[in-house]
Amino acid sequence: MVAHSYQLKRADFIFKNENDWERILDKTLKRPTQELINELMSSELKGRGGAGFPTGLKWKLTAEDPSDEKFVICNADEGEPGTFKDREILSKVPYKVLMAMAVCAYVIGSKQGYIYLRGEYKFLAPELNKVIQEFEYYCKQIGHDFSIKIFLGSGAYICGEETALFESMEGKRGEPRNKPPYPSSNGYMGKATVVNNVETLAHTFTIFKYGAKKFYDLGVQYSRGSKLFSVSGDTPKPGIYELELGMSLQDFVNEFGDGDTKAVQVGGASGFLVPRKRFEKTTIGYRGKLTGISLPTGGSMMLFNSSRSMYNVLDNYLEFFREESCGQCTPCRVGCQQLHFGIKAVKRGDKPAQYLDKLLKLTETMQLTAKCGLGQSVANSFSSIVENFREEMIY
Amino acid sequence: MNPVQDLIKNLADEHGRDRTNLLPILQGVVEQEKYLSEFSMIEIARELNLSAADVYGTATFYSFLEHQKMGTYLIRVCKTITCSMKGKNQILLAIEDMLKIGLGETTSDGKFSLLQTNCLGWCHKAPAMLINDEVYTELTPESVREILSQYLKK
Repeated sequence: MVAHSYQLKRADFIFKNENDWERILDKTLKRPTQELINELMSSELKGRGGAGFPTGLKWKLTAEDPSDEKFVICNADEGEPGTFKDREILSKVPYKVLMAMAVCAYVIGSKQGYIYLRGEYKFLAPELNKVIQEFEYYCKQIGHDFSIKIFLGSGAYICGEETALFESMEGKRGEPRNKPPYPSSNGYMGKATVVNNVETLAHTFTIFKYGAKKFYDLGVQYSRGSKLFSVSGDTPKPGIYELELGMSLQDFVNEFGDGDTKAVQVGGASGFLVPRKRFEKTTIGYRGKLTGISLPTGGSMMLFNSSRSMYNVLDNYLEFFREESCGQCTPCRVGCQQLHFGIKAVKRGDKPAQYLDKLLKLTETMQLTAKCGLGQSVANSFSSIVENFREEMIY
Repeated sequence: MNPVQDLIKNLADEHGRDRTNLLPILQGVVEQEKYLSEFSMIEIARELNLSAADVYGTATFYSFLEHQKMGTYLIRVCKTITCSMKGKNQILLAIEDMLKIGLGETTSDGKFSLLQTNCLGWCHKAPAMLINDEVYTELTPESVREILSQYLKK
């Protein structure tokens, strides 16, 4: 059991205005690349998009690749239901993201960066382009040859998956590739590429300015640093909050719940639904393996109070996955559809309650055989909802 | 030359004729024409020296690349979980009632089209909708009527 000793701790790094970014960039670009990689690795920063891959290792692997051309891509295809933090970063502190991209380019040996901005956030582009222009001008002045382009998406959730993102940028359907090979050797246009989430990049700014220790001192073992949480649903204070990792879900609910919280969806539609009886035992952060006790999240925290029907919630998620599945692999294309038909049939009484067990088996198959994270993670929300709220699924 | 051909040529000049420029070109055509016709897709293929099937494949993947002619103002109401919980259907009904169109339809004067879309990323200010690239949040039937009446004057 995880000892319940942790309290909710606010942090304030991401949105803190840093007027001296030019000086920080100057200083950072004069440090040896190996030193920067070591700094990032010792901070134990993990990818903030949700997958949690160690950022320092990603940069290191890409830096070591012999590719003649390399790319830095900022993943701003923020599409997970319940997530809206990246937009806020890009509109409030875009220079931190650009600065981090420039440092990454220096470390791995790249001259070209891209921001893959979801079509739903197109309204951000004009302002962001202005900031990019000023930034590029400054890079030129200090002799750092690096330019950044915005690439606009067109309404496809799956393009947040890094290899689907490459396909999309290459003018193709956004269908994920097989991995390996990984982006660190075979990314955009087949070249070594770093893809980092917007928030991950903003954290590297903090690390390069204040040092790895400042970041590492926040959070708990395996889950260092702070993280932005997008809080929505049945809460009196929806919004974006920067909190240290490692908090217990109970503390989170005490702070953000409306006094009647029945369940919290951690990690969006592709994450887990945690029922009230497990708030105490659940912490938010990364663990070596998904034990269900420590849950990772890209920041999406959706609260549901007891007025909500979990059947409707699952129905909404499955409709989402059905529409957003790219359709190239059968387990996901057919699986999402059959799960959706299945729960409807059980609810109508056309199928017996035991049919839910068949559907749970189907999610296991999808977890094992789907090509990418989308099809694999449908099992997370499906099983956590059906197992904890079975009575609500049945006619 | 056909105006669409002109548009496609200009877009290709602006973005480049490499396949990596296909999405921006498709987006440019949709922005002007409000949809991608078969004619446009074949023209893009010709201009970029791609097979028409490749262009069609890409063009049909993305939900923001329309294949039916949309109105000047395309309304997309978010239907994902938080917006749904916070009264999305009431917003839809208010729009349908005011514009006299159903989901997927366009007003007879070609001014408005109504669609639903997946998570817009405004869950903390649900329900939300886009009209073209503009975002409107914390909608109520009253506020949506107010917003639409502004557009009706345009």
